[in-house]
Formats: sequence, C-alpha cells, structure tokens
Amino acid sequence: MDRIRSFPDFIAMYVEGFKNLTWGKPLWIIILVKLFIMFAILRAFLFPNFLNSRFDTETEKSEYVTKELTTKSY
Amino acid sequence: MNQIDVSLVDWSRAQFALTAMYHWLFVPLTLGLGLIMSIMETIYYRTGDEKWKRTAKFWMKLFGVNFAVGVATGIILEFEFGTNWSNYSWFVGDIFGAPLAIEGIVAFFLEATFIAVMYFGWTKVSKRFHLASTWLTVGGATLSALWILVANAWMQYPAGMGFNPDTVRNEMESFWAVALSPMAINKFFHTVISSWTLGAAFVAGVSSWYLLKKREKVFALDSIKVAVLVGITGIVLSWVTGDGSGNQVAEKQPMKLAAMEGLYDGGNGVGLVAAAILTPGKQYNDSQDPYIFKIEFPKMLSFLANRDFNSFVPGINDLVKGGYSTPDGPALSIDQKIEKGKIARAALAEYSVAKKANDTERAADAKQRLEANFDHFGYAYFNSPADAIPNVPLVFYAFRVMVILAGFFLLLFIVVWYYSAKNKFANTPWLQWVCLLSIPLAYITSQAGWIVAEVGRQPWAIQDILPVGAAISNISAASVKLTFFVFLILFTVLLIAELSIMLKQIKAGPEKIDEGNEGY
Repeated sequence: MDRIRSFPDFIAMYVEGFKNLTWGKPLWIIILVKLFIMFAILRAFLFPNFLNSRFDTETEKSEYVTKELTTKSY
Repeated sequence: MNQIDVSLVDWSRAQFALTAMYHWLFVPLTLGLGLIMSIMETIYYRTGDEKWKRTAKFWMKLFGVNFAVGVATGIILEFEFGTNWSNYSWFVGDIFGAPLAIEGIVAFFLEATFIAVMYFGWTKVSKRFHLASTWLTVGGATLSALWILVANAWMQYPAGMGFNPDTVRNEMESFWAVALSPMAINKFFHTVISSWTLGAAFVAGVSSWYLLKKREKVFALDSIKVAVLVGITGIVLSWVTGDGSGNQVAEKQPMKLAAMEGLYDGGNGVGLVAAAILTPGKQYNDSQDPYIFKIEFPKMLSFLANRDFNSFVPGINDLVKGGYSTPDGPALSIDQKIEKGKIARAALAEYSVAKKANDTERAADAKQRLEANFDHFGYAYFNSPADAIPNVPLVFYAFRVMVILAGFFLLLFIVVWYYSAKNKFANTPWLQWVCLLSIPLAYITSQAGWIVAEVGRQPWAIQDILPVGAAISNISAASVKLTFFVFLILFTVLLIAELSIMLKQIKAGPEKIDEGNEGY
C-alpha cells in the first residue's frame, strides 16, 4: 500500500498491519485472552456490581447505602 | 450498630493493593519508555540518521510488549469498586463519573488511533505525521494517568464537591476545583515525571546488558545518552513536584506527614529524619522513644512543610490531642472530631427518616446539622483515636526507600552521563552491571511512593469523610479472599508472559539495518 491519502487507506493500513503481524501476534493473543478472562469470567461470575445486583432503583440503592453508612462501626 | 468486619476490610484492601501494584508495574514504564522513544524518533526526524529510527523502533517494540500486557489491568480496579467497595462507589459516583468518562473517550481514541500509525505507518505516512502520532500515543497514555490521578487526589483532598443527603452521594460543584486542585496537579506531575525515571533506568539497564554481551555498542550507547538525560531531568523535577506534594500533605493530611516522619510529638523547628530505626511496637499514647536511633536535618521538616524553619509541625500526639494553632483556629482533637462525626451521621439517619415521613421541618434541621459537621463525617466510625492513625513503620520506611533510591538514581545517572560523555562507559563493565541490576530498584522506588501515598492516608478511603471500613460492601470475606488468589494467579501468569516476551525481544535485539523489516 502507498501513502495514506484517504480514510479507506487509513483502514487499509490497519488491516495490512494486522495481517502482517510478526512479534505482535502473541501480544494480541494475550490481549484477547486477557479481555475474555476479565469480562466473560471475572466480571460475569466473580465481580457482579453489588448494588445493581440487589436493587432495581436509585432510591432503593440510596436507602440501602444510607442504612449502611448510619449503622456501621468499628 | 453493625460491627465492621475487619477481616473483610483487610482482604478488600489487600486485593485492591495487589491489583493496583500490579497495574503500576506497567504504567510507569509506558509513560517513561514512551517519552524516551518519542525523543529518539524526534532525533531521527531532525537528523535523518537511520540509526535513530532503528533505535526508536526497538524501544517501541518493548513499549508495545509492556502496553499489551498491561492494558486493561486497571479495569479490574473498576470491577473491585463495584463489588467490594459499593458504599464508596455510590458515595462518590458523581465526582468520578465525568473525569473517568473523559479519560475513557479521549485517551482511548488518542491511543487506539495513533498507536496503530506508530507501528504500522512508518512507510504509510510522512515522517512528521508519524512523529506526531508517536507523541500523541504517549500523550494519550499520559492523559489516562491524568484523570485517574485527579480522582485519587480528590480522595486525598475532597475539593469541589457537595454532599446530597437525598441521594447519599457527593456531587460535583466545580469541575475545575476537582481537576485543578493543588493536590491533583502535584500528584499528576510527580507521578508522571517520576515514571520518566523508571523508563530511563529500564533503558539504561537493558542497554548495559547489550554492552556486557558485547552487542549493539552504538545502539546501546546512543540509548543510554538519551536515557540518562531523561533520568536526570526526571529526578530533579520529581524532587520539585515531590516537595510540592509534601507541602500539600502537610496542609491537608498532617497525620500522613507525621507517619512519614515517625513524628509523635511535634513542635517548632522540627528536623527532617534522614535515616532512623523506629522503636517496634511504639503506640501513640505510650512513653517510648519513637526512634532507636536517628539522623536528621535540623529544622528541615518545618521548612518543607510550611516554608518556615521555625514553624510548628504537629506530631501524631498533637493531632490526637488537638489544641495547637492552625490558620482556621485551634485544631480539634480526634475525640472532638469523632463527636462531630457522630452528630453528622445521626443527622443523616434522622434526615432520611424525616424525609420519608414528610416532616420537612425536622428534615431541614437534620440537614443543617449534617452540613455543619459533614467535614468530620468519617470520624463517626471510630471508637478511639488509634483508629485514625495509619501504619507508621510501613509509611516511614517506604518514604525513606523512595527518597534514598531516588538519590541513588540521581547519582547513578550523573556518573553514567559523565562516563558516557567521556566515551568511557562502553569500557566500564562494573557500571554497566550497576545499571542492569538497578532496574528492579526503579520499580521498588515507584511502588514505595504509592505505599507512602496510599498507606499514609489510611484509614481513609476519602479523607475525613469516609473510612475504608464504611466504604466496603456487605459481602463475605471468604469471597474476597477467593478472588484475591484468583488475581494472584492471573497476574503471575501475565507477568511471566510479559517477562518472557520482553526478554525474547531483548535477546533478539534491534532489527538489522539491512533487514528493512517493517513487520510488527
């Protein structure tokens, strides 16, 4: 590919770059595996959002946090 | 009252610390190496000398390895906020929402767009555009650091916000007060600039390895010349910004400063401890000497804290007892702050009840009491002054590790620069060994700085208004313990992957000049 002169050329640079990956290939594999583990496993099964998973409305959440903040002590 | 599960707090903190420290293995190298490779490409752009292109491309390769393995490790911190720190997340949501959204959009697009040009575009764009892309990639990475550091600084000094008892959230009143608080500015520059030093130590160490192996002499010496100048600049500016940070800590977090110095009884004209051994088991209210021995610079702490050699610097006991003069009047004791915190907390509970009962008069009265005492809201959770004191030995020693190693690196870079300027560095294997073996020390320096910042501010998640014990979610300690070890294994595997790929690329070395290899 010659010099970039248009947006399609820019996209083609990406495509060509990824096609010709050499040492970068294992890095992309690491990135994709890592993102899969993080979002498909950790986020989904081990890290649910505590408040969102228990309450549906903002009012319920604020009432719960109020209770938490006003009843805790060391 | 519900008893806070100390084990849950400890495991939640341990998990967050593990994730943050792991994340911080990658960030400073990205920032430091990014600057160095950008300077190298700039030299190539200005001179047209192909050796600088080759040099820049090699360091870009290591930048890419580090970036790829490190990217998104910070997102795990976001997961932890939502799961382990839900009270905190709710409490601060509106403060962090805007800055972090800006970070996500601006930094992502800057980095994602220009990093591709940086790697794939050598023959596709002009030299000038390529150079701009490299700088913009590093700029995007630095911008990412800006917003997360603004958020961190806000936790250390919550400026520009107001608490809304209806939503139980802090809401941003002034974006600029949050973004441009002196704490945020100092923290950003100190963190970014000190990362340049780590990058410089990395480049000097790896280049020294080539010299020890009798390989790539010109490349290694050229790399070292750029690295030591970045390193010296980084350390000198880190001291300037560190001084600014110290000044902010003295003003906004005096307990942290007292812990950094192991200072229990303050006074006028207080010295700065250069080196010391603390008395093990020392408590704030006992009569033991805090130090087994110490060497100090007379009156320097007073000067650094207040720009006055004879000014008063409070120690831990002074902060506990209160009564000393401050610009806002006599300092409150911790017990007085606990009382105010309890008034604020009771007022929040009463406001909530009154609002539900539509008792507007009672709600207004409770809100007034809440607002009058909100500055000390977090003290409500403490039973005694001891709860407000951080781990003094850890903060004290971490601070000295950071400062002493920073001094070591300044000396090292000056010596390397001298030998390099005299064309003697290539024939000085002992110095090459020192550079190589100093790479881990740069990481220790950087991590020690964060230990000072984060352990020093304990027990606060948000200074004075939310301690970590109140910030955590009501979940089981066992589940946090489980995910702690999941992360430990995951991070170890990733670290091994990074090190093996990085070492493989270092062993392969820069591409040969006649290879003309543009592949990535």
